[in-house]
Amino acid sequence: MKMTLRLLSAALLPLLAAHALAADSARNARLDDQTQLPKAPTRPVGQTYFQPPAEADIPNNAFGELVRRGQDLFMNTKALAPQYVGNEMNCVNCHIDRGRKANSAPLWAAYTMYPAYRKKNNKVNSFVERMQGCFQFSMNGKPPAADSEVMTALTAYAYWMSTGVPIGKAQPGRGFDEPPPPKGGYDIARGKAVYGKQCALCHGDDGAGKKVGATSVFPPLWGKDSYNWGAGMHRINTAAGFIQHNMPLGRGRTLSDQEAWDVAAYVNSHERPQDPRLVNGDIDEARKRYHADDGVNLYGVVVDGRKLGQGVQ
Amino acid sequence: MSLSPTRSLAFCLSASLLALPLQVGAADGEAIIQQGGANPAAMPCMSCHGADGKGMAAGGFPRLAGLPEAYIAKQLADFKAGRRENPLMQPIAQALGDAEVAAVAKAYAAKPKVNVKAGPVERPKEGSGAWLALRGAWDRHIPECTLCHGPSGVGVGDAFPPLAGQSAEYIEAQLRAWRGTPAQPAGKKTKAVAAVAPTRSNDPNGLMRHIAADLSEAEIKAVAAYFAGLGESTEPFDESQHRLR
Ligand code: HEC
Ligand code: HEC
Ligand code: HEC
Ligand code: HEC
Repeated sequence: MKMTLRLLSAALLPLLAAHALAADSARNARLDDQTQLPKAPTRPVGQTYFQPPAEADIPNNAFGELVRRGQDLFMNTKALAPQYVGNEMNCVNCHIDRGRKANSAPLWAAYTMYPAYRKKNNKVNSFVERMQGCFQFSMNGKPPAADSEVMTALTAYAYWMSTGVPIGKAQPGRGFDEPPPPKGGYDIARGKAVYGKQCALCHGDDGAGKKVGATSVFPPLWGKDSYNWGAGMHRINTAAGFIQHNMPLGRGRTLSDQEAWDVAAYVNSHERPQDPRLVNGDIDEARKRYHADDGVNLYGVVVDGRKLGQGVQ
Repeated sequence: MSLSPTRSLAFCLSASLLALPLQVGAADGEAIIQQGGANPAAMPCMSCHGADGKGMAAGGFPRLAGLPEAYIAKQLADFKAGRRENPLMQPIAQALGDAEVAAVAKAYAAKPKVNVKAGPVERPKEGSGAWLALRGAWDRHIPECTLCHGPSGVGVGDAFPPLAGQSAEYIEAQLRAWRGTPAQPAGKKTKAVAAVAPTRSNDPNGLMRHIAADLSEAEIKAVAAYFAGLGESTEPFDESQHRLR
């Protein structure tokens, strides 16, 4: 009996694997969406941002366990779900304070806005797909399946954090609240100076960040262990918003619009892992399809005599 | 070009001054720790920082063993320059020559680092010291302390010193040194108390001072107790393992 079972599973395994592959490529075909979020409504004067429930309010039952597991994964993605992460990043690196901080793309402002319809390509994007996008691009990894334990836990965490947010009503504090582009444009050389003074202490002159043993503490900003060329953060406008609100760490809102744009441009003028949507190794084609119309970015653009978007491994 | 007498005197003087650091170039860090520096005002470090360099809680003397070399050298330079004020430590730092600073920093950095066990994910209670350490207070722009001082407070690179391995007394004293105290107006029965200016202002880019300034007295005590309570483990930690947030 045991023997036949074993035989049976041996025969089935390759079949199952082939099935998984097919599912993977079906998913990949849809991964064209780290496009920009719509601008969030501004916070009315005198009002606070939405306050998500306190950690102490997570119930002590099976649901609460799942929520806590989601929070642990969100903060320790590389350590707890290494099979899905291709760089040295964790979700919390860009979604500050465990995904709770306003203007750091908080989860409470996201969950109730999905499934989202996008007119541009007449597609509907689910919440899980949006998170899969962050795995594929921000984490330069392989997204977990929609029904996987990891996705279920992350979804439970976001659902719990959104307790009390009306469905489908955009909240102030969503996304990264980008500063307007400076009048004279941005300047990479000026950005380099800002970086040297305000950022290199933590993220390193080489942008590689800093680790303690195996654990990334100051996350990499460029190079092989950072987000890839398809990630939302590779847009200068998006990075400028994140940086202005949250960096230097603990001293957010101290950089001017100009400084935020300059330093974001400097960060995003470095090589990083290739955009997984690259078509036939053709950077220009990938720029035309995915980058030309995606905010302000340097993919496929020649900077200092070198075409960006080569990718690093 | 001919040198005037005073000029040539100055030239000789500065030449001999230049030669000085060369003489102490061979400064022995371990000897300074145990016997003090060439200038007697540079008392033996171990008399306060402990025979093993792990500090003495009661006196508020910090652990130096295993701190980053560059961090130790920077602190000694900061004491000398008055960016960090302390009646005990400033005269000692001032009495150390450059080569002595370099040697003693190297010697202390080579001693064992604090060894903290890595555990499972912690579940801190809101309002506790552990909460500040692991969650911060982002509504006041205070990141979790471990984000800069490393998971389990073991320190990151040269600029972010470990908090693990330091006593509550020392951690509290440093937080108060950055914060200073605001003036107290006279009450019905109490006299007015003048403000105490911060005595430590040496944090790069002001990364630390605004955090200390925004902590309440109770929070200072609680967070200091948390890091002091991490203790030191005798089991070696496998550095290929992750430390969880
Ligand atoms: C490198 C930075 C980065 C990392 C790491 C990252 N994200 Fe994101 N995330 C972004 C950006 C950028 C956006 C889009 C924001 C925009 O366009 O304004 C985004 C958007 C999202 C959204 C949608 C927000 C909304 O309001 O609709 C969710 C949900 C999300 N991320 C979840 C995750 C999860 C889960 C992880 C970890 C697996 C993760 N992110 C890791 C940068 C990051
Ligand atoms: C005191 C250390 C520190 C300084 C200074 C600092 N950062 Fe960061 N930065 C961090 C940490 C820590 C995170 C991740 C936050 C988390 O995980 O909670 C981060 C995250 C980021 C991220 C998103 C994650 C990633 O790797 O892409 C960007 C972009 C970033 N920082 C840019 C900057 C820029 C630009 C500056 C200078 C203006 C700067 N930082 C200054 C510590 C610092
Ligand atoms: C008389 C006691 C005493 C002696 C002797 C002494 N120290 Fe100190 N040291 C202190 C005290 C007290 C502090 C804390 C000062 C403060 O609160 O800012 C300190 C702090 C330090 C620090 C800063 C540590 C940190 O974590 O920031 C360094 C570095 C240091 N001492 C080096 C030395 C060296 C090197 C010697 C020997 C040449 C020495 N000390 C001798 C009392 C002493
Ligand atoms: C944004 C980064 C950052 C955060 C967050 C941070 N610190 Fe610091 N802290 C520093 C830096 C940088 C130094 C070293 C300053 C110097 O060069 O003297 C420091 C030094 C210290 C010291 C002195 C250590 C010694 O050996 O003398 C103490 C104590 C301390 N921090 C406590 C805390 C506590 C408690 C928290 C959380 C409430 C915290 N820090 C959060 C950046 C940070």
